[in-house]
Amino acid sequence: MKIRIANDDIQSLEVRRLERVSGEDVKRCYQCGNCSGGCPVSYAMEIPPTKVMRFLQLGNIEDVRKANTMWLCVGCLQCYSRCPQGVSVAAILEGLRQEVLRKGASKTEVRDVPFPFLKKAPQQAIVCGFRKFVG
Amino acid sequence: MEHMKIPYYPGCTLNTVAKQFDTSAREAASIIGFEMKELSQWNCCGATFPLTPDNVIGLTAPAKVLSSARKEGDTLTTLCSVCYNVLKRTNKVIRDNKEKRNVINGFIEEEYDGSVNILHYLEVLRDKVGFDKVKGAVKRPLKGIKAATYYGCMLLRPFEDIGIDKAESPTIFEDLLRALGAEPVEFANKIECCGAHLAMNNEEVVTNLSGKVMTSAVDAGAELIVTTCPLCQFNLEKSQPRVAESDTGYTPVPVVYFTQALGLALGQDIETLGFEKNSSDIMPLLKKKGIA
Ligand code: SF4
Ligand code: SF4
Repeated sequence: MKIRIANDDIQSLEVRRLERVSGEDVKRCYQCGNCSGGCPVSYAMEIPPTKVMRFLQLGNIEDVRKANTMWLCVGCLQCYSRCPQGVSVAAILEGLRQEVLRKGASKTEVRDVPFPFLKKAPQQAIVCGFRKFVG
Repeated sequence: MEHMKIPYYPGCTLNTVAKQFDTSAREAASIIGFEMKELSQWNCCGATFPLTPDNVIGLTAPAKVLSSARKEGDTLTTLCSVCYNVLKRTNKVIRDNKEKRNVINGFIEEEYDGSVNILHYLEVLRDKVGFDKVKGAVKRPLKGIKAATYYGCMLLRPFEDIGIDKAESPTIFEDLLRALGAEPVEFANKIECCGAHLAMNNEEVVTNLSGKVMTSAVDAGAELIVTTCPLCQFNLEKSQPRVAESDTGYTPVPVVYFTQALGLALGQDIETLGFEKNSSDIMPLLKKKGIA
């Protein structure tokens, strides 16, 4: 696959904004792969954590936005815990979710959550789920 | 140890679907000799610590809890791993970041400085009471029970904010179970995620993650899984039938809160431990081991 890298992409303002919101510096990542290795959900992610970092370094935030990755992150912090560079992919993914949710869009609509789940589930699952998925 | 009264934050879930977690802990405390004094005012902690530093509004709910705790003492204990994680991390932000402290205090109209010491119930047992003393109070040892101590994520990470124990090889939970007479097993997924809030919209991932936790525990010989979080408890118990269906070599095991195991060992009436509120059944195991 041919990848075209342009200065404008690498200096993407949108990536800079994401860095500001998440408190992370995407250039710190040296692509060791520990985050994807430790991530329990990387098997189901269209773009696993290590690749997310590479895409962002190259200014390709669009593909990361389209991927299911941010919605599958469980916030377990294994990526951060095992990153030799102290990068939190979890914070980056939360920043991306925040971007969507703050515009008022939702991943999951409240009316779509099954009633038996609402009745039985721990409150913390519902509160946390709403905060992660509902705009 | 003189009579200890520790301010206690139950959180939403322990007031409702995880009531047995709350009641067994209070009862165990009174047997051991301390009292958990529920805060006179509290609200939901928000159930997730905001992972971006940009999200200050997400810190206001836990900050309110902390500031009301401050009015009742200098220590606060809690049982749910998520509440513990959120309160402890928020407390650190308020203590160390003056700018955010001012914003948060302005919002909640309080003057909180981050001086409350947040202790998980496990830490109270280890550091304030001492596992030796717990051991001395055991009346019904969990002898011969191979137990998997499932930590999950929130009790441990991130290490520099939580620090209850080593992030990759903690032992606090095993040490407690050993004091209760059980035999902790070492299993691969003891600090991996159960699927957490994906319970809301992704059963596949939750079954997969919880399944890996339970199969790695059972493969290591566990006859019982012990938890510290109502969401872990829920995800494991809910996934177990599906795991057993898809993996015929898997033997389902009971899943209980650690305070239920504690109460059992301290000799509490089995009927008062709320096992009937769990969806897995511990009674056959207790009968098999001659404990009930
Ligand atoms: S663990 Fe850290 S340095 Fe390694 S690939 Fe992931 S983000 Fe990059
Ligand atoms: S926090 Fe998210 S990205 Fe990081 S390891 Fe856990 S699930 Fe994967």
